[in-house]
Amino acid sequence: MRNALAFWRRFSRNRAALLGLFIVLAIIAVAVAAPFLYPDDPMGMVAQPFLWPLQDPEFPFGSDSLGRDLGAQIFHGAHVSLLIGATATIASVLIGVTVGSLAGYYGGWVDEALMRFTEVVQTIPPFILTIIVVAIFHSTIGTIVVAISIVSWPSVARLVRAEFLTLREREFVQAGIVMGMSDFRLIVTQILPNSMTPVIIAASLMMASSILIEAGLSFLGLGDPNVVSWGAIIGAGREAIREAWYISALPGIAIIAAVLGLNLVGEGLNDALNPRLRRR
Amino acid sequence: MTALFRMTDVVKHFRVERGVVHAVDGVSLDVAPAEILGLVGESGCGKSTLARLAVRIYAPNSGKIELDGTDITAMGRRELRPHRTRMQMIFQDPFASFNPRATAGRIIEEPLIVHARGDAKERKDRVRWLMDKVGLPPEAAARYPHEFSGGQRQRIGIARALALSPSLIVCDEPVSALDVSIRAQVINLLMKLRADLDVSYIFISHDLSVVAHMADRIAVMYLGKIVELADRQTLWRAPLHPYTRALMSSIPTAGIGGKRAALPLRNVDPPSPLAPPTGCRFHTRCPHAEAICSAQEPPLRAIGSDARKVACHLVTETASDALPVWSSENAATKRTISTS
Repeated sequence: MRNALAFWRRFSRNRAALLGLFIVLAIIAVAVAAPFLYPDDPMGMVAQPFLWPLQDPEFPFGSDSLGRDLGAQIFHGAHVSLLIGATATIASVLIGVTVGSLAGYYGGWVDEALMRFTEVVQTIPPFILTIIVVAIFHSTIGTIVVAISIVSWPSVARLVRAEFLTLREREFVQAGIVMGMSDFRLIVTQILPNSMTPVIIAASLMMASSILIEAGLSFLGLGDPNVVSWGAIIGAGREAIREAWYISALPGIAIIAAVLGLNLVGEGLNDALNPRLRRR
Repeated sequence: MTALFRMTDVVKHFRVERGVVHAVDGVSLDVAPAEILGLVGESGCGKSTLARLAVRIYAPNSGKIELDGTDITAMGRRELRPHRTRMQMIFQDPFASFNPRATAGRIIEEPLIVHARGDAKERKDRVRWLMDKVGLPPEAAARYPHEFSGGQRQRIGIARALALSPSLIVCDEPVSALDVSIRAQVINLLMKLRADLDVSYIFISHDLSVVAHMADRIAVMYLGKIVELADRQTLWRAPLHPYTRALMSSIPTAGIGGKRAALPLRNVDPPSPLAPPTGCRFHTRCPHAEAICSAQEPPLRAIGSDARKVACHLVTETASDALPVWSSENAATKRTISTS
């Protein structure tokens, strides 16, 4: 499609965005490669403890205080972190788009009720709220995703609502009314496709923050104990941070890379999709 | 006369921060089958609101709107749906009235999809027929709105409005956004379509010369009210309302060095629709205004033949020849101001 090609040309003109895309693709490749490169349980104690990276050619990433292969943990951790980030983002976008479009389209008391509720959720500090949710329910990947979605959807809802408020008054929506479109058709086929640009941009940034929230939870020991995530490795390395700082540093670098990459992609999408900035 | 469309005493007010906008204030009009009713007035006089009331994008505060004898005033969106097929709209800015993510073919097909007309192939045939009817090449169906020129876009808008074979099309300034050279083409297309398809138009414009070119009857609107209603020739030959006269004198005459006539108005700027003047709404600008004009609101009353109506205290009918004349004719030249 011609439009997609033009979009790619605008996006690829931005070097930083290309770098971000490269990082994100590399991390996805790492996550996909994990079960092939390290088919064994990453939690297994396979090596001598406190092996520094490059000290033993068999374990190029070194080992942690229990003798677990750090490389295996980081590779499998990429899988977990991306999975949680992506599903939490998809869930919050779904909730946010539904709430935002209903509020923006119908206005009046529907808008009032939904927006007051959104504000209530937003007044609670997000990280505290996720800790509460995870602490109440058992800590599994599922509950962590639910907890992150609960704190993330309000920003999407407000974004979508704002788009709907302006688009609702546009003439192509009035044309849809004159045609006799139902509310559902008007929302889904006319307004929603035209309000997705800021949502796509927000989603890439939201995925980065989801990964950070999950890392924070795992660092505090509130992560799913049955899987390895980057935050959990940092948390486990915390006790030996003065003697073996590499245990925390390596997954830390991975998190920084992922968040940086997603942010660069988000910025790049913003520049490429935002018509007001297209001239530059 | 059996009216295809009738509005009776329709009122639409908008509540805004600073008060209430009296956009449409008691308008009555009707449209006969295959008739073109022109509606002129300055920007801000409530023309576009009237258009949106007619196709029921807005619901009126009071009054009655009938389509083919059916009262559609208070119908909800769902109830209105089957009636929508008989009345469509053409917008001033066609580009803004298209979903930017749809192709021209899809835009024209959309009304057929909404009303579940035919299967995919029949709809495609219908779209091709419509595009041919409005003078668009068939390959244009795959292109996006931004790839067309203004005139071609309005052709897409016209094709979309025709898709459901409506009996009435409300045209809200369909040529105002177009280049002068393109205007005539689009107007001629609309005239040809009326002749071919027996469709009625409510044709809205701020330009009296455009309306006078194509309308059968003309309604002149001022600040939410109809001030004069007459068939084209009558209005063109002998406008009665001072506002209609002002509009006509503002049409530039052809010829090199031809001067624009001084606008016979006391005040150039229209009053705010937030606080319309008392009595006759035009009295603040009217060069003939007398005491009664600011005190009492003139009703829209029939003058001479039944088809002609004027809302002005000063227009009277002499018994001798039944020709309406001005009661204070010499006042007409007394107070004029130049605007050019």
